[in-house]
Amino acid sequence: MSLSLDGAGLVHPNGHRALHDVSLSLAPGERAAVVGPSGAGKTTLIRVLGTALRPTGGRIAVLGDDPWQLGAGALRRLRARIGVVHQSPPIPPRLRVVTAVLAGRLGTWPAWKALSSLLLPGDAAGARDALATLDLGDRVFDRCDRLSGGQLQRVGIARVLYQRPDLILADEPVSALDPTLADEAVGALVAASDANGATLVASLHAVDLALKWFPRLIGMKAGEVVFDRPTAAVTTAMLHELYATEGRNLPVQGVEAEEPVRPPNVLVLRRPGCQ
Amino acid sequence: MSASFGAAAPSSLPLRDPAARGRLGALLAGIVVLWPLLVLAEFRPAALFESGNLQVMADFLRGFLPPSTAPDFLALLARATLETLAIATAGIALSFLIAAPLAVLATRTLAVSRIGPGPGRHRSAALRVGTRAVLTVLRAIPEVVWALIFVRALGLGPGAGVLALAVTYGGMLGKVYTEILESGDTRSARALLEAGSGRLGALFYALVPSTAQELASYTVYRWECAVRASVVMGFVGAGGLGQLMDQSMKMLNGGEASTILLTFLLLVVLADAASALIRKVLG
Repeated sequence: MSLSLDGAGLVHPNGHRALHDVSLSLAPGERAAVVGPSGAGKTTLIRVLGTALRPTGGRIAVLGDDPWQLGAGALRRLRARIGVVHQSPPIPPRLRVVTAVLAGRLGTWPAWKALSSLLLPGDAAGARDALATLDLGDRVFDRCDRLSGGQLQRVGIARVLYQRPDLILADEPVSALDPTLADEAVGALVAASDANGATLVASLHAVDLALKWFPRLIGMKAGEVVFDRPTAAVTTAMLHELYATEGRNLPVQGVEAEEPVRPPNVLVLRRPGCQ
Repeated sequence: MSASFGAAAPSSLPLRDPAARGRLGALLAGIVVLWPLLVLAEFRPAALFESGNLQVMADFLRGFLPPSTAPDFLALLARATLETLAIATAGIALSFLIAAPLAVLATRTLAVSRIGPGPGRHRSAALRVGTRAVLTVLRAIPEVVWALIFVRALGLGPGAGVLALAVTYGGMLGKVYTEILESGDTRSARALLEAGSGRLGALFYALVPSTAQELASYTVYRWECAVRASVVMGFVGAGGLGQLMDQSMKMLNGGEASTILLTFLLLVVLADAASALIRKVLG
């Protein structure tokens, strides 16, 4: 198993219960999308899987190890194999794009290479290749504060592509992108997981993207998993019940949930991605 | 649309700011603490303007005019200025070498064991406390005391001054570097640590880029302080403007003293310009 949680729970120090009794497992190379309304615990789940948060109950195994039983060195090597795409990219605005992307390999580079790469980028070509898959190949030497929010989010994705991790975790990776770019960006993550046999777990607010790109859906609500099954077995009714608190329509990429324009038969969108 | 919002809005309950009571309390506590301190420090601003006191101060200041421009004094002044600049620059360079590694050890946001928290957190926390204690000791002892200590080892001269500056300012720089690094964009550093990066990687790829301006401007400010501190160092024979000032004051030559003060003013203006330039380059 690449990932497994067994009865995992997380209660924040202030008493808020963010995850409750979550059990799931993913095989190496498997891809799953986590869907659910805001506040469902999607981000917490991603952070627990990425060893950024320690569960307060239950068992966890990431890439074959319980991260919290490892020594400092082994935990660091494990973390170098996990790439996380954050919802708002954690990149200082004054950094150049090339440096921001190369930072993806800090976990495997020796210190001298990390430091010398600040003066003269150690692998500018590698950074450009990662950026090119996201249509940013011409912005390699720009500063990050020259980029739009959507471009910066793609730089964050490029960093993880460059890292080439065994486990890709993405927390709302395309929230700042328009529908076409969002589709391309999720496609790039899927292609990266395909190319390296990496496991991919992405939380997505837009149901249509989840249905199109992921063979498995995990529905979350109030910190619990309400369904976890192959995408083909997820019905429109299950999704509507999941998003009952967010109005009549399912949230889809580029269309506000409140807008009463789209018919609720979103499952149709699944077909192009599942041939 | 607006009608439906308006219908729900009016309420007879007064809207109370839950933070108001705490803020008022803090203000009162501040006054209660500060008032006795001012009394203790004999703070009586009105005394400045009593006619006798004004006369005494005016007589004292009149002795400073006009600034001395005697050529041989100006030659001495130029040499002393260079010496002061050398002492301040060497002192700051050495203090940077002391401060930078200590700050990296003391910065909480660079500690990977805090995530989770994970293995080695107690050792890492103890190391941070120890490093902060070292920084405190270094800066708690005034540079003039360090200078007196080092003069015994190195004899009179700039060497003792440079070492004294290095030690005290190392403590100050280290403490403030730590605080600047901790107040920077901590998310980016944490994201790198969560991806397996080491301390130096997170420092140079996340914290330094987001705080470079503040770090540079504080370092230049400390250099400016070091220039001024050389006055005190002059009294222990550390050379430079301080020693010159000491001699002029002892000979009651106010004109020379005011020329020296004008030189300080010029140096501070220069430091300001340097700081602005560096911030612009880094910005």
